[in-house]
Amino acid sequence: MAGTDIIIHDEKDNVGVVVIEKITPKQDCDCWIMENDKSVKIQSMDEIPLGHKIAMTDLNEGDTILKYGHDIGKVVKSIKKGEHVHVHNVKTKKW
Amino acid sequence: MEIPKTFLGYKREDGRTGTRNHVIILPVDDISNACAEAVANNIKGTIALPHSYGRLQFGADLELHFRTMIGTGKNPNVAAVIVIGIEPKWTKRIVDAIATTGKPVEGFSIEGVGDIDTIARVSKKAQEFSIWASEKQREERPISDLWISVKCGESDTTSGLASNPTVGNLMDKLEPLGVHLCFGETSELTGAETVCEKRGKTPEAQEKFRKTWSSYNDFILKEATDDLSESQPTAGNIAGGLTTIEEKAFGNFQKIGGCKFIDVLEPAEEPTKGPGLYFMDTSSAAAECVTLQAAGGFNLHLFPTGQGNIIGNPIEPVVKLTANPLTARTMSEHIDVDVSKILSREMNLDEAGNELIKATIRVANGRLTCAEALGHREFVMTKLYRSA
Repeated sequence: MAGTDIIIHDEKDNVGVVVIEKITPKQDCDCWIMENDKSVKIQSMDEIPLGHKIAMTDLNEGDTILKYGHDIGKVVKSIKKGEHVHVHNVKTKKW
Repeated sequence: MEIPKTFLGYKREDGRTGTRNHVIILPVDDISNACAEAVANNIKGTIALPHSYGRLQFGADLELHFRTMIGTGKNPNVAAVIVIGIEPKWTKRIVDAIATTGKPVEGFSIEGVGDIDTIARVSKKAQEFSIWASEKQREERPISDLWISVKCGESDTTSGLASNPTVGNLMDKLEPLGVHLCFGETSELTGAETVCEKRGKTPEAQEKFRKTWSSYNDFILKEATDDLSESQPTAGNIAGGLTTIEEKAFGNFQKIGGCKFIDVLEPAEEPTKGPGLYFMDTSSAAAECVTLQAAGGFNLHLFPTGQGNIIGNPIEPVVKLTANPLTARTMSEHIDVDVSKILSREMNLDEAGNELIKATIRVANGRLTCAEALGHREFVMTKLYRSA
């Protein structure tokens, strides 16, 4: 189906959210940036389910994850562009 | 879309408007539940609100118990109230406070009488109230008589992307019409607390929010054995793709749109500063939060969910919306408004907000919510600390 595979809230964000049931490795995905209504493309590296995040850029340990244009946590294991971003490689900065 | 200026509600003696017309049997304490439930079983058109507390509470915890009981009785969705307690003193305190609204209310105590005679006596009064309330008619009331509370649950990333911003869109459109609005969930704003604080309309409101959040955070730091990672985000949140409490907080925060809050309320406190958005200090547990908001006088609740929280409330109708297409499909009997088309770009936020406003007004006019039709009546008291 034509349409959006990934939604990005804010242009500053370095992650997007999968909005189809799942994306598979090597899938070419269409991304929609909500803030400015722009479209970009990305190739996934992992299988990523609905609602989960994909890295829009390479990220190193200690980097900050930006979503809604805000700081939502830190990278604890380096992440390649297109990889699944979740509890295995990102942690809260609160504790 | 032109937003309707009125809805059909029940005008109450104190000038407020109900979206429902309940006759409630309210037990003061845990041991009066049996009596209350027996009466509600005897007399059609009444509902019992059993709960687990009300004995040997003290200090701020006891005051919150009274505030919740009294506020529930005063809520305009309630036409008449029967209060049953084990002893007369606390029962009378609740009855007297509810009576200030002018609605019919009567108290009964069990000590010295026993359950069976109490049930007989209360049933007679409950029958009288039920028949009296059944003659109440809905009439046209201004849209500003809507008091809407919001809280999200079993959130996932679709909540922050679409269902919470849909609620925010509704708030942006209804706030200028003089509607009272309320959000809560002190714990789930953690990570977005400094951004949220700046949304206070006045320096006083900002200061009050900062104090409320800090006092909650100090409590967590004191009580927590390690950190909240095990419970915030919840397992359901993590399954849905939410990674950190900050991510959850910024998603949660989308519910208030561009509105600014005019005051910070204690749990179950009634707002007194006129129309607009209020923040209430509540737990983020769904049933506790909605129970407190209903006790604050709110007469309709909007509940965005991601993975599918199924909560309802006995007196305040809970309208559920989701943007998660799987939840909309697999749990359709719980979802009043499906906004999943936002994710496929077949619907924008403006259209979704309008759909939600239409659904809100239909429910205000009397349409049953999914949770009401399924019999969800979660009434959960917030307990601040252990009893004496």
